[in-house]
Amino acid sequence: MTGDPTWLVPLPVVLPLFGAGLALALYRRPRAQRAISVVVLSLVLAVSVALLVLADSGPLVIDVGGWAAPVGIDLVADRLSALMLTVSSAVTLAVLLYSLAEGEADGDEAAPVSIYHPTYLILTAGVANAFLSGDLFNIYVGFEILLAASYVLLTLGGTGERIRAGSIYVVVALLSSVLFLIAIALVYAATGTVNLAQLAVRLPEIDPGVRLLLQVMLLLAFGIKAAIFPLSAWLPDSYPTAPAPVTAVFAGLLTKVGVYAIIRTQTLLFPEGRADDVLMWAALATMVVGILGAVAQDDIKRLLSFTLVSHIGYMIFGIALATQAGWSASIYYVAHHITVQTALFLVVGLIERHGGSTSLDRLGGLAKLAPVLALLFFVPAMNLGGIPPLSGFLGKVGLLQAGVQVGTPLALTLVVGGVLVSLLTLYALVKAWNKAFWQTPPVEPPRTPLPLGMIGPTAALVGFGLLLTVGAGPLYGYTDRAALTLQDRSVYIASVLPDGERGQGESAEVAEEAEDAEHDNAPGAGDGTAGDGTAGDAAGTEAAGTAADGRVGAGATTDGGRP
Amino acid sequence: MPLNPDTSPNLTLVLVITALVTVGVYLLLERSLSRVLIGVILLGNAANLLFLVAGGAAGRPPLVGSAEPSEMSDPLPQAMALTAIVITLAMTAFLLAMAYRSWQLHRHDEVQDDVEDRRIARLAARDERATTDADTEDTRSTLDEEAAETRDETDDAPSERTTPVEVP
Repeated sequence: MTGDPTWLVPLPVVLPLFGAGLALALYRRPRAQRAISVVVLSLVLAVSVALLVLADSGPLVIDVGGWAAPVGIDLVADRLSALMLTVSSAVTLAVLLYSLAEGEADGDEAAPVSIYHPTYLILTAGVANAFLSGDLFNIYVGFEILLAASYVLLTLGGTGERIRAGSIYVVVALLSSVLFLIAIALVYAATGTVNLAQLAVRLPEIDPGVRLLLQVMLLLAFGIKAAIFPLSAWLPDSYPTAPAPVTAVFAGLLTKVGVYAIIRTQTLLFPEGRADDVLMWAALATMVVGILGAVAQDDIKRLLSFTLVSHIGYMIFGIALATQAGWSASIYYVAHHITVQTALFLVVGLIERHGGSTSLDRLGGLAKLAPVLALLFFVPAMNLGGIPPLSGFLGKVGLLQAGVQVGTPLALTLVVGGVLVSLLTLYALVKAWNKAFWQTPPVEPPRTPLPLGMIGPTAALVGFGLLLTVGAGPLYGYTDRAALTLQDRSVYIASVLPDGERGQGESAEVAEEAEDAEHDNAPGAGDGTAGDGTAGDAAGTEAAGTAADGRVGAGATTDGGRP
Repeated sequence: MPLNPDTSPNLTLVLVITALVTVGVYLLLERSLSRVLIGVILLGNAANLLFLVAGGAAGRPPLVGSAEPSEMSDPLPQAMALTAIVITLAMTAFLLAMAYRSWQLHRHDEVQDDVEDRRIARLAARDERATTDADTEDTRSTLDEEAAETRDETDDAPSERTTPVEVP
C-alpha cells in the first residue's frame, strides 16, 4: 500500500466514528474517553495535513467499498477539501483541549461529559464527510451526521434556555434538510445520478429552466445552513446559549460547511453562474444586516454571532464573483474566518469565566485584571476587523481586488459595501473592547482564576490565526491552485470518472461478470448494447488509469486484494 | 440504460406528495413543537415519495437474475429513500424528546420568542443605548471646564481648585 496514498482519504471520517463508538462504550471511564478523543482528533489532524500535501499534486479519489463511482459512493480529497479539512481538524482539536481543561476545572458534574465526547467525535466525522464527499446524497448524509450531533451538543443539559434556543435551531435545520432532500430527488429525477462528477457532465445537457430550479433549490438548502440573509435569523438566536466550546466549534465550522457546499456546487455543477447576481445582493444584505445587528448588541456572544453572519457575506461575495481570484480569496477567507471566529468565541468563554458575564453592561476593567486575556481578545478581534497586516486584512484585500477586477457596477457596490462593513466590524469590536477591557467595572467581578489548560488552546488558535498571516503567501498560492482546479472542472471529473463513465471500483468487473453470466444463461435481446458498454468501460479505465498519475496502483491493489 | 426506460411520473404519487407537502408546510408554521414535528414527518415522507417518483415507473425487484434489467425498477432512489427514512426517524425521536422536555419545564411545548431580541428592540424604540459608556455619558462638565480643572504646568497662576493644599 506504500505507493498509493488513497487509503488516507476515508480516515478523517472513519477514525472519529470508531472513536465515538469506543468512547460511548467506555462511558464509565471519563479518563479513557478523554484519551480517545484527543488521540483520534490528533490522528485526524495528521491525516488532514498529509492529505493537504498530497492533494496538491492532484485529487485523491477512493470509491468506498470498491463500488465504482456513479453508483457507489466516492470520497474526493482535492485541494479545497483538504484545506477545509486541515483547518477544521486543527480547530476541533484546539476546542476539544479547551473543553477538557474546562471540565477539569469545573468538575464533571457541570455537564454530562460521557455524552459530550462521542457526540463531539461524531460531529467531526460529519464535517469531514461533508468536506470529502463526492456525491450529493453523501453530502446530505454528512450534513445529517453533523446536525444530529449538533442538536445534542446545543441542548446539552436540557436547561430551559437551551431547549428554547434548541427548538428554533432544530426546526430550521430540519427544514433545510428536507429542502436539500427534495433538491436531491429532483436532481436524480432530472439527471439519473447524484454523483458530483457525473452531474457535472450531465447537468449541461438538461433543460436550462430545470437546471436553474435545481440550482436555486440547492442554494436555498445550503443558504440556510450557511446563514445567508434572509435565511440567517436562526443563528444569533440559537448559538449564544450553548456552552462556550460548543458555540466556538459551531461558529467556526458549521456555517462554513454550508459555504463549502455552495462553493462546490456553484463551481462544479453550475459553472454558468446564473445565480451570481442574486448571490451578490444576498452577500451585500448578509454583510450589512449582520453587522448592523452586531452593532446593536450588548452581549459579546450575540455580538460575535452577528459578526459571524455578517462575514459569511464576504465569502458569498467571493463565490458570486465567479473568477479564479474571487474563489481563491473566498477560500482563504473561509480558512481565516474559521480560525478567528472560533478563537474569539473561546476567548469569550474565558471572559465569561473571569468576569462572570458576557453582557457588556456588567463587564469592565479586564485589561487590568487579566492582561493575558486582553491580548488574546485583542489579536483575533483586530484580525476579524481587518487591521493590516493580519489575515483578515489579507483576505479582504484579496476579495476587494477580485471585485475590482470584475468591475461591474454590482461588484463595485459590493467592494464599497465590504469596506464599510469591515469598518463597522471594527466599530462593534472596539466598542466591546472598550467596554469590557478598559472601563471600570460596574460591579467587582468574582475573580475566578483562569486554568492554564484553557488559555493554552485559545492561545494556540490565536497563534494559528497569526500563522495564516505569516504563511499567507504560500497559502494564497495554495488557494489559487485550488481555485484553478475549481475552474477547470475536467480535473475533478477525470479523477473521479477516469473514462467519463465509471470510477475505479470493483463493480465494473462485477457488472461484467454478471453480464457474462447472463450471456451464458439467456442470450436475449438488449444484452448486446449493455455488454458493449461495459467492455468499452474496462478498456477506458485502463487507458485513463495511466493518465491519472499514481492511480494505476489503486486499481492494482484492489484487484490484488480480491480473491 | 439497462433499467426500465419508462420515466413518466406516477400521477397518484405526485398528488399524494402535493397533499403531504401542503399539510406539512402548514403544520410547520404552527407554534407547538408537536405539530411542527408532525409537519416535519409529513414533509419527510413527501420527500421519500419524491425519490420513488424520481426513480421512474415501478418494475420488478432489482435482483440480478430474477428479471430482465429492462423490467427492473431503479434501486438507487430506493436506497436513498431508505437512508432518508432512517435519518427522519432519528430526528423525529430527538424532536419528540425535546418537545417532552419543553413540556416538563414549561408545561407547554410552544416555540418561544427570543427575549434578547425583544429587549434590544424595546431599547431601540425608546432610543436608549444598550450599554452605558463612561466616555460618552453626560458627566455634567464640558471639555473646557475639565481643561480648567487640570493643572497646567506652564501656568503662572494656577486655578484655585488645583492649588495644592498649603502645608502649615
